[in-house]
Amino acid sequence: MDALSEAFRLIITLDADLFEILLLSIRVSLIALAISAIIGLPLGSWLAISKFPGRKFCILLLNALMGMPPVVVGLIVYLLLSRSGPLGWLGLLYTPSAMIIAQAVLITPIIAALSNQVIENLHQEYRDTFYSMGITGRRAVVAYLVDARYALTTCILAGFGRAIAEVGAVIIVGGNIDHLTRVMTTAIALETSKGNLTLALGLGAVLLSLSLLVNALVIGVREYAAKRQYA
Amino acid sequence: MKHLITCIALMLSAQTLADTIIVQSTTSTQNSGLYDYLLPIQEKDTGVEVHVVAVGTGQAIKNAMHCDGDVLLVHAKPAEEKFVTEGYGDYRRDLMYNDFVIIGPETDPANVGGAQNVIEALERIKQSGAKFASRGDDSGTHKKERSLWQAAGIDPDTGSGQWYLETGSGMGATLNTGVTLSAYVLTDRATWITFANKQDATILYEGDASLFNQYGIIPVNADKCPSVNQEAAKTFAQWLVSETGQAAIGAYQVDGKQLFFPNAN
Repeated sequence: MDALSEAFRLIITLDADLFEILLLSIRVSLIALAISAIIGLPLGSWLAISKFPGRKFCILLLNALMGMPPVVVGLIVYLLLSRSGPLGWLGLLYTPSAMIIAQAVLITPIIAALSNQVIENLHQEYRDTFYSMGITGRRAVVAYLVDARYALTTCILAGFGRAIAEVGAVIIVGGNIDHLTRVMTTAIALETSKGNLTLALGLGAVLLSLSLLVNALVIGVREYAAKRQYA
Repeated sequence: MKHLITCIALMLSAQTLADTIIVQSTTSTQNSGLYDYLLPIQEKDTGVEVHVVAVGTGQAIKNAMHCDGDVLLVHAKPAEEKFVTEGYGDYRRDLMYNDFVIIGPETDPANVGGAQNVIEALERIKQSGAKFASRGDDSGTHKKERSLWQAAGIDPDTGSGQWYLETGSGMGATLNTGVTLSAYVLTDRATWITFANKQDATILYEGDASLFNQYGIIPVNADKCPSVNQEAAKTFAQWLVSETGQAAIGAYQVDGKQLFFPNAN
């Protein structure tokens, strides 16, 4: 109860620091999501309709990668971006960009694997039609993605959910630096370690509200668009 | 693909300002609020923008060895001196100190409050069968704690998971665990004073000379790490040991208590 009223107070007063942290959370997760969608959706779709040896293994691998622990992703990205690592010259460690990269690595498999499932189902249905119309290769990938766009929003929301709630990877590659790389989840971790449990829980409630808002928005738009289409 | 490249290019363009440095430091200094108080004063004086990454001392030193920091501000003197001797640091200066304390449940089942010295306090904990929560993360506090067990001639690892609980986490997380389990914990005083989830735990043992907690500052060596912002790092390090910096550290208080005592040599 204390946490709820704390969350309420946080939202009502919405001080500049909290707003900054909230905004960075959204920015990092949305950019990571965009990158993941651009890679993951075509990849998942292509894997669903193409035929080559090892395809089943690729799908299996994607599904397994969905369960990749964020800390491991954080560690791998840290080792890559560290000044002594292969990509150290980019100077990206402890920046929002590093966090975006880590989250993109984390959620691309999720979007690819889930969209693969959606498109595969669709493919069972449309395979012959598409074949007879001569729609193959890249055109088929695009056609399936457009056709399944409503079902794919769920895949994208799943990716967003994972990104916005994730702490293990971003705290390693971002460093939880105040006014630079502190996001909602790392702020919650910090307040917990300071023993400010009510504040931490309050921040958690704010994050949950944000997630709720985004989901409501996307699902609302989807319903509206679907209704218009079939009206 | 084009979008991706544009995105990355946009992200890259916002990088590396001239007078920005990364300080690899400890959770104790961050959790106590010292940086929130000190850094704005420092930035106004020198123009150097400081970004603090707060991890355990062991990890901070490793990160700095990977060249992922411009300045190291930690509390484990032997490890710090090794860092400098191996060429990773330019020099090491004492910066400030406070002390470690043993906290535990008010009832004090092991009666560490009646101990003559810290060695006896640890012996009492071991003999009473009470729990002890350790950082277990190679941090400065953990290194200190291990050296105290060693001095007491006790090998706590034999009781690992039974009475000796290694959390492998930061000071705050370990305090949360310790307080919940009515365990004893060795903590730096600053983190304890600012810790908000004390419940019925309190300081039970303090004051032994071997509980001294010295913080040091080391600019990372630019020969080892060419990416280091050497000038800004030195400006920052020099400001901290200057009269102004030392006075600012001494003036920082929480609940009317001074947390860090400046002692630059």
